[in-house]
Amino acid sequence: MVENRPWLTVLAHAVLIVGLVVIAFPVWITFVASTHDSATMLRPPVPLLPGGHMFENYAKVLSEGFAQASRTPLWRVLANSLIMALGVSLGKIAISLIAAYAIVYFRFPLRMTAFWMIFITLMLPIEVRIVPTYDVVANFGMLNSYSGLIVPLIASATATFLFRQFFLSVPDELTEAARVDGAGPTRFFVDILLPMSRTSIAALFVIQFIYGWNQYLWPLLVTTEESFYTVIMTLTRQANVVDGVPQWNLIMTVGMLAMLPPVLVVVLMQRQFVRGLVETEK
Amino acid sequence: MHKRVTFDTKLLPYLLLAPQLFVTIAFFIWPSAQAVWQSFVLEDAFGGNTQFLCSGLLADPLGGEAWQRCFRHFDRLLSDPGYWHSARLTLVFSLLVATVGLALALLLAVMADRTLRGATLYKTFLIWPYAVAPAVAGVLFGFMFNPRVGVLAYMLSGLGIEWNHQIDGTQALWLVILAACWNQISYNFIFFLAGLQSIPKSLIEAAAIDGAGPGRRFWTIIFPLLSPTGFFLLVVNIIYAFFGTFGIVDALTQGGPGQATEILVYKVYKDGFRGQDFSGSAAQSTILMMIVIALTVVQFRFIERRVHY
Repeated sequence: MVENRPWLTVLAHAVLIVGLVVIAFPVWITFVASTHDSATMLRPPVPLLPGGHMFENYAKVLSEGFAQASRTPLWRVLANSLIMALGVSLGKIAISLIAAYAIVYFRFPLRMTAFWMIFITLMLPIEVRIVPTYDVVANFGMLNSYSGLIVPLIASATATFLFRQFFLSVPDELTEAARVDGAGPTRFFVDILLPMSRTSIAALFVIQFIYGWNQYLWPLLVTTEESFYTVIMTLTRQANVVDGVPQWNLIMTVGMLAMLPPVLVVVLMQRQFVRGLVETEK
Repeated sequence: MHKRVTFDTKLLPYLLLAPQLFVTIAFFIWPSAQAVWQSFVLEDAFGGNTQFLCSGLLADPLGGEAWQRCFRHFDRLLSDPGYWHSARLTLVFSLLVATVGLALALLLAVMADRTLRGATLYKTFLIWPYAVAPAVAGVLFGFMFNPRVGVLAYMLSGLGIEWNHQIDGTQALWLVILAACWNQISYNFIFFLAGLQSIPKSLIEAAAIDGAGPGRRFWTIIFPLLSPTGFFLLVVNIIYAFFGTFGIVDALTQGGPGQATEILVYKVYKDGFRGQDFSGSAAQSTILMMIVIALTVVQFRFIERRVHY
């Protein structure tokens, strides 16, 4: 701080605390709703303090699902989300690592073509090619399958660029030394480059795990069987029930469970998260 | 762009690139090419016969009729007032999301930067909304503002404001904007805070010695030095508002009431996937593709600028 102005410091803390409270409010309300019974949730005003039905709600949703609307227990839906999030994040990291390795450490015809093709994916978000992408997946027979949920999402220009950037910063002497010692390209990659990329991999994993977990439009398109639904889809489906009275306490319990894993990843791996966020934007 | 020391295995690099290129071609480039192609062909109801609409241009490159035929789907789309409504809406929506979101994040970042040691602590409490899926954010805000049971709707009615975003289009739009800003605030905050922390303290101290107060210092030194970050975030936020908010809209309003929140991305999904209007949806996809390409080019130019500062 440049000069001592106590009132400004007080103001700064006040603004930040108000900001924190406002930002946390939606999640607090969700948590509170997940701890009451459904009758309480239908009598306005909705309570602002937690009630005593928390374990009951969570146990019910996880083991039985919603009573009338959907009988799939939520642990299965959460498992689908986890498989998708891990598949997408690890898949992206794996194929981007080797693609970046090829582009940086080899000289071959069509190298730049490959580079630009990967670059183009940045400009083609799923939202602009919904119907034809769905057709491709349908033609491959990948609707209602984990591969259909995962594989079409794992191409990644940002991850490839991140690893490319990192490989370019690795000193050439290291490669020379490895070659003198008789290491071939595979050995060099596995024993030297991969261990050196640990921090980049961790940073990327956090970002891509959140990306995979939070996918919404794509699972909406390729899954019609309830056994492949993700937790985010289940949540919006239940929240938009047209007929019948929505069971807000259970819906918000699902909401908590849908938020918890990615939020935990961000909070626990904060350093890697910020690093990943800043680096993938370069 | 490549190393001085390289390996000279012939086949290996192609094998290494194969998975990435396969996914890129099969699920990105091919479908996008299909979308562009479909916006220039006429397909009969059963998908049996397809007819390329622009073939007339070869015979008669200057004929107005041939051009009209070629851009027939675009013509139909652009003469639809619903599309223009959606386009205008998307523009207003994305500008509001970007400006409101950036202003709030900047305020918080400046305050957090002032508190020195507190900054890290506050950061921990401000970054997690990034991890909440847009669709989940939509459900949360829909619940808080639910006209029957929502806490905030109840409070608003206590203040004499009748809140029902299921009927009132303007309220629905503001609610989507609010949820989008909430969802994006941590991203903006992190980048603004990093930008603020990279401004040399000596500059600020020099200004203070010359007698500039905190407000003056902010507007004449901090704000201009932060502008590259601001421009970059503006573009990222506009891209987010255009393409990233599908989940919020679908969970909160499904484009309604009427078409009050039907932004372009939602319209292309609704017309193509629910409405089965493939050529119209393909033409919409082609236009969206041009928008995102333009935005990406702008984004990359600003990033280059950012490095020079």
